[in-house]
Amino acid sequence: MRDVAVIGVGMQKWGELWERSTRDIFVESALLAMDDAGVNSLGAMYIGSMTPGLFTSQEHLGSVMADYLGQKNIPSARVESACASGGLAFRMAFMDVASGMHDVVLAGGIEKMTDIGGGDATHALATAADMQWEGVQGVTFPGLYAMMAVAHMNKYGTTREQLAAVAVKNHHNGTMNPRAQFRMEVTVEGVINSTKVADPLNILDCSPITDGAAAVILVPADMVKKFKKPGVKVIGSGHATDTIALHDREDLTTLSAVTEAAEQAYKMSEKDAKDIDLAEVHDCFTIAEIIVSESLGLFERGKGGPAVEAGETSLGGRIPINASGGLKSKGHPVGATGVAQIVELTEQLRGEAGDRQVSGARVGLAQNMGGSGGSSLVHILEVM
Amino acid sequence: MPTARSWRAYPQTYRLEAARCSKCGKAFFPPRLVCNKCNGRQFEHFDMKRTGKVVTHTIIRTPSDEFSGQAPFALGIIQMDDGPRLTSQIVDVPLEDVRIGMPVKLEFRRVSSEGEAGAIQYGHKAVPARD
Ligand SMILES: [Zn+2]
Repeated sequence: MRDVAVIGVGMQKWGELWERSTRDIFVESALLAMDDAGVNSLGAMYIGSMTPGLFTSQEHLGSVMADYLGQKNIPSARVESACASGGLAFRMAFMDVASGMHDVVLAGGIEKMTDIGGGDATHALATAADMQWEGVQGVTFPGLYAMMAVAHMNKYGTTREQLAAVAVKNHHNGTMNPRAQFRMEVTVEGVINSTKVADPLNILDCSPITDGAAAVILVPADMVKKFKKPGVKVIGSGHATDTIALHDREDLTTLSAVTEAAEQAYKMSEKDAKDIDLAEVHDCFTIAEIIVSESLGLFERGKGGPAVEAGETSLGGRIPINASGGLKSKGHPVGATGVAQIVELTEQLRGEAGDRQVSGARVGLAQNMGGSGGSSLVHILEVM
Repeated sequence: MPTARSWRAYPQTYRLEAARCSKCGKAFFPPRLVCNKCNGRQFEHFDMKRTGKVVTHTIIRTPSDEFSGQAPFALGIIQMDDGPRLTSQIVDVPLEDVRIGMPVKLEFRRVSSEGEAGAIQYGHKAVPARD
């Protein structure tokens, strides 16, 4: 395998982009990434998108986006792993460059979620669950994570306030991210008193519905000097799955796909959880960040909640988590999220993150997750 | 759920037909072709006992459109006494009274109406059971 580096990143402000088409949203971010790297033509392209068919009645995005990006005839594929589609696109691009197949490869992600109503969007997202044996009972994603929260609170004494502390931290970080969808501070009381969604989760425990895209350019590490910006090396990649139905897991308080993907990435990178300077993790719900931080080995089981409350994962804390604002504040256009995590890590490791810069960051971890943890991707990046 | 899919699910849905791996004894609901514990492919089918306990639970207050008429409703993961776990609405009990460890039994109820197609879907719901 060849060593691989990220050499360009692109992302625009996320939100409710009613006036923009899916293809324009994607192409704008892709062009930013190509301009950042200083490249005009791509060898190949991978696009993470969960369900453009249900959200916008358009499939076949590989062709749509290569066409509208002016990359005539290149191999271009949409890849899907529910909300981990972006992380999967990044891994596919990494494997493509590492294998020697292509030298300049774009990994992108896109989801346009606000063209349909809230109930339809809830249904589209619920297709990432086991539709036959969970969906039939009226399960929603907040409901699945709420059931994990109840189990985690029961086993470890995780508190309602600790869940809320995740939202408070991530919204605070998001105020420093010009591309975040919801740049506002929230309080513990505000979270706990917001509209109930699935007990014990309230609306401010949930990531929002978002339109947005993100893109990055990967090249062989030994070609980095040919480009404008410093490269950031991809030193670890992991990908794992778990049962599609939450109820088929013996332990509802951990996410084994996350642990397995992390172990692969740690092994490839010859790093350990203690070597990580900052992490972007899949906080689709507040409880998810707590369980993921434990499943990655950043904290012992049951210590994720107290760690957030104590500020260990805040900017300036021992291991800042979701400096970008996370899915919670930045937004969660599902297919784009995993790629946006790589955008944030790359900017952090280049020292370009402005007010939310993690000082001295050299090694960053990105964790992206599909469904209730039925799939997960973990990547580790390092300053070159 | 389209009608063909509903038809296929009938044996499991109505009789709670499960399968036990002949090699390692793990029980599955619904039946599978391959055991996810030992990769065995031989199973004995059986009708599950209808009793179990709540492992975790929530109250769905913001449902998908299909279930909009039913919210709020309680939902839980049930550990069946015969081994498998499944997800089920929990009814005939005040929403706030559902607890981890609560004994329940499965009954057949209307789960949802199909919407435009008009077909009514039946399935299991959990109700409180006496110990
Ligand atoms: Zn077996």
